[in-house]
Amino acid sequence: MNASSWVLLPIQALLYIALAPLLAGWVRKIKARLQNRRGAPIWQPYRDIYKLFTKETRIAHTASPLFGIAPYVVFSATLLAVTAVPLLSIASPASAIADVIVIAGLLALARFFLSLAGMDVGTAFGGMGASREMFVSALAEPAMLMAVFTLAMTAHSTNLASVVDYQLHNGEILRPSYMFALAGLVLVAIAETGRIPVDNPATHLELTMIHEAMILEYSGRHLAMMDWAAQLKLLLYGVLLANVFFPWGIAQEMSAAALSVAFAVIVLKLALLGVLLAVSETVLAKMRVFRVTAFLNLALLFALLGLLSHVILEVGA
Amino acid sequence: MTATLWSSTTWFSTPWFSTMWSSTTWSSTLWWAGAAVGLALLSALLSLFTAWKPRLLRSVVMPVFALAGLAALIAGLLALITGSVATAELPLGLPWLPWRVRLDALAGFFFCVIGVVSFAVGLYAPGYVRGFEHARDPLPALGGFTGLFLTGMLLVVLADDAFLFMVAWELMSLSSYFLVVFHHDQAANRRAAFLYLLMAHIAGLAILLAFGVMASFGGDFGFDAMRGAELSFAWASAAFVLAFFGFGTKAGLVPVHAWLPEAHPVAPSHISALMSGVMLKVAVYGFIRVVFDLIGEFHWQWGVIVLAIGSVSALLGVLYALMQHDLKRLLAYSSVENIGIIFIGLGLALLFLANGRVIIGTVAFVAALYHTINHALFKGLLFMGAGAILHTANEHDLDKMGGLLRRMPWTGSFFLIGCLSISALPPFNGFVSEWFTFQAALQAWQLESGVLRSIVPIAAAVLALTGALAAACFVRVYGVAFLGQARSRPVRRAGAVPLSMRVGQGVLALLCLLLGVLPTTFIDLFNVVPQQVLGHGLAHATSQGWLWLTPVSPKTASYGAPLAALALFAVIGLGWWLLERGKRRSRRCDAWDCGFAPPTMAMQYTATAFAQPIRRVFGLLFHIDEAVEPQQDGRLRHRLQITDRLWGLLYLPVARAVEKAARRVVRLQSGNVRVYLGWTLATLLGLLWIMA
Repeated sequence: MNASSWVLLPIQALLYIALAPLLAGWVRKIKARLQNRRGAPIWQPYRDIYKLFTKETRIAHTASPLFGIAPYVVFSATLLAVTAVPLLSIASPASAIADVIVIAGLLALARFFLSLAGMDVGTAFGGMGASREMFVSALAEPAMLMAVFTLAMTAHSTNLASVVDYQLHNGEILRPSYMFALAGLVLVAIAETGRIPVDNPATHLELTMIHEAMILEYSGRHLAMMDWAAQLKLLLYGVLLANVFFPWGIAQEMSAAALSVAFAVIVLKLALLGVLLAVSETVLAKMRVFRVTAFLNLALLFALLGLLSHVILEVGA
Repeated sequence: MTATLWSSTTWFSTPWFSTMWSSTTWSSTLWWAGAAVGLALLSALLSLFTAWKPRLLRSVVMPVFALAGLAALIAGLLALITGSVATAELPLGLPWLPWRVRLDALAGFFFCVIGVVSFAVGLYAPGYVRGFEHARDPLPALGGFTGLFLTGMLLVVLADDAFLFMVAWELMSLSSYFLVVFHHDQAANRRAAFLYLLMAHIAGLAILLAFGVMASFGGDFGFDAMRGAELSFAWASAAFVLAFFGFGTKAGLVPVHAWLPEAHPVAPSHISALMSGVMLKVAVYGFIRVVFDLIGEFHWQWGVIVLAIGSVSALLGVLYALMQHDLKRLLAYSSVENIGIIFIGLGLALLFLANGRVIIGTVAFVAALYHTINHALFKGLLFMGAGAILHTANEHDLDKMGGLLRRMPWTGSFFLIGCLSISALPPFNGFVSEWFTFQAALQAWQLESGVLRSIVPIAAAVLALTGALAAACFVRVYGVAFLGQARSRPVRRAGAVPLSMRVGQGVLALLCLLLGVLPTTFIDLFNVVPQQVLGHGLAHATSQGWLWLTPVSPKTASYGAPLAALALFAVIGLGWWLLERGKRRSRRCDAWDCGFAPPTMAMQYTATAFAQPIRRVFGLLFHIDEAVEPQQDGRLRHRLQITDRLWGLLYLPVARAVEKAARRVVRLQSGNVRVYLGWTLATLLGLLWIMA
């Protein structure tokens, strides 16, 4: 862990913060084109955040102090989690501080405060959103852990940088456990980032929403923080899928050339993932809440199958 | 011989007594342990005076109790730091079997657990018991049995022979029975206490038999003799099964957990904190002492059994907790879950040690120990919070609470820390032990057998599911109780609780954070326990300095807990400073009402509604009785009752069988003396025939 990698750490964190709204804007743009609309420019999320920061922030009379703190906790926990995912280089000290289990823990911390904030004002929507969010995550979180455990067990390390490193050097073998883990993680990513068919980020129709119901009472800079945190989470799952399963292109040494190549490659990979997400959101319809169980059970099953096929088929062989 | 033991000359000439007063007493672990036991007994004695002066309970008895806890904590810390093993013989007990005590690292660790929670309870209780002073409650019984309860727990851990162990064990069980039945005017409480007494005695019987097996091979009731005994696999397994059943019943493992959610909630809250936080840990201590230390050999079959029972307990415990709407009952079920997690760790330890993977086994063992102290801290804290709500609003039903954070900000903040810790969220302590357990489970690839390799990941999946459900459970608890609007009048009038109660909670909340932020320091401290019990420490876990926790090796996994916590608090602080400082005020307004009537407290999600999706998904595991019935006045009433399926599957059949057997025995009781004499004669003759 040399000094330059510590310097890269804040740069990478800032890069994540800066890129997060872009990915959200890109997905929205592609989706609009697929629906024969022109759509807002891909910079729109930045404008929204700027607008929200300059607007007045309102807090309900019935809110407790937790309501004002929660946006900062949610944003910080999500930011720390995403920083631990290698973006440009595998020499990342953040991955040593926070391994995959800590990433899952930080995301759970963010979700904990998000749900509490939803229940704080004491409206029916907030409670409904919190209840559904915790229900979805109760099944999605173990699936995510199982999926990343498959990778961790293969690489003999829960440090994501080591996992990526292992993938780079041994990744040409097509393992069945990886296929299952990938399938499981994709389903988890859809559920956890609140996309169709689990949740719909574009709607404010009461009965269909989960995430939006929790942040219904937020306004101004608090809402900006919450939105930004949600975009960071989308980016986190994007980079996780892109860099851990398809790590080619990530910088293995600390040179300007390698880092710029890595940057170009990850932007391409994320753009591709964004297109895939937009296509899937266009062709799929949102499910009823209780159909989500089957969706998440499938994710859990894939993840567990991945882990079992690894320990049964691949370890002894 | 008994007489001479009791005579004063022997008393003063025993080596124990003379070492107690030698010049080096202050650094002697046993001196502090003796002081702790003595102070606990003193608090029990002093509480006799509360019959005349109720004030004494809070001004004298409880402070002495806190000092006893502090002395136990010092004794435990000294034992851990010095790594010394101190033994002594007490001039008490049977003529041929004087009571032997021993304070080694394992006992020292559990002294810390008992001591720290008892200390906090001693700080908390003066404010809490004030409410009992003007009622007709028997205060001497409350203070006296609390002191005896602590004495019993300390002596269980100190005991170095089966005899003292069982005496102390029964002292612990019986004194806590009287505390459970403290509010005896309600029939439900008496029923709960009876169930507790019954299960505690079945457990005690099993433990006694386990000691019997080991003592018959060791030739003596002393633990030293048992350690040296050579048991065949069958006999060792018999001792293991008996000990697992006995200690597991006392610890509250599924399916022998039924007494726990009945008994823990009905005791006064500071006693619930002691029972859930500490007494269950004494059962864990007993299991570790017997299986890891006394039997001292490991078989993978045992590991599989412990792992399976632990996983089932963890999952069912949290699911049942999610269905409760009585706060203390919910916390009691969550104890079942956490005990399950501890036993998952112990099961992994057995499995890996049996397969010769010593380092991984030690990691799992340390994970279980770490979760033991964590659960003591946060469950004690949460029960104290529940007690604070009871104290100020006299409410234990979640569906009638709400908005308490604004009414009791200190308790609300401490309770939030407890909820975050128990939900295994960084940077708090519950996360560290879960992380450690996962690290052990992830080394499953090192096992040779493919079957075992696939069992361990399934247990890890159960652990992950348990963690996520626990988070859902405690979002529900905190959101319904402390956030939103008050759902009943007493809760709306709730206010801050006395300072002593806040201090007691604050101590435990601070420790929850410290154990989460500085895990390496604490694991360094606890490392001497596996060194003494298993013969191996965790050499690698703390080798990278206090910043890094690396259970197996830095390459395999690392967690920089202080750095992560620092980064988290720094980013939150920076965001707050950037966006909330100065004139950036937020305006207060009404909540969004969709253009209809303003939201009222009745429109909020209740605890029952919150858990409804999860109830639907896991519905098969519960016995759900739900119906909408028209009332006589034409209104509809929703009835929902969720009960443990195990009641019908396990307990009722057993109870019926016992009753049936009892009815058969009744036939012997004719009331005629001659018939009884005949039976006696027949029995005597039968026995003589067997002997001859």
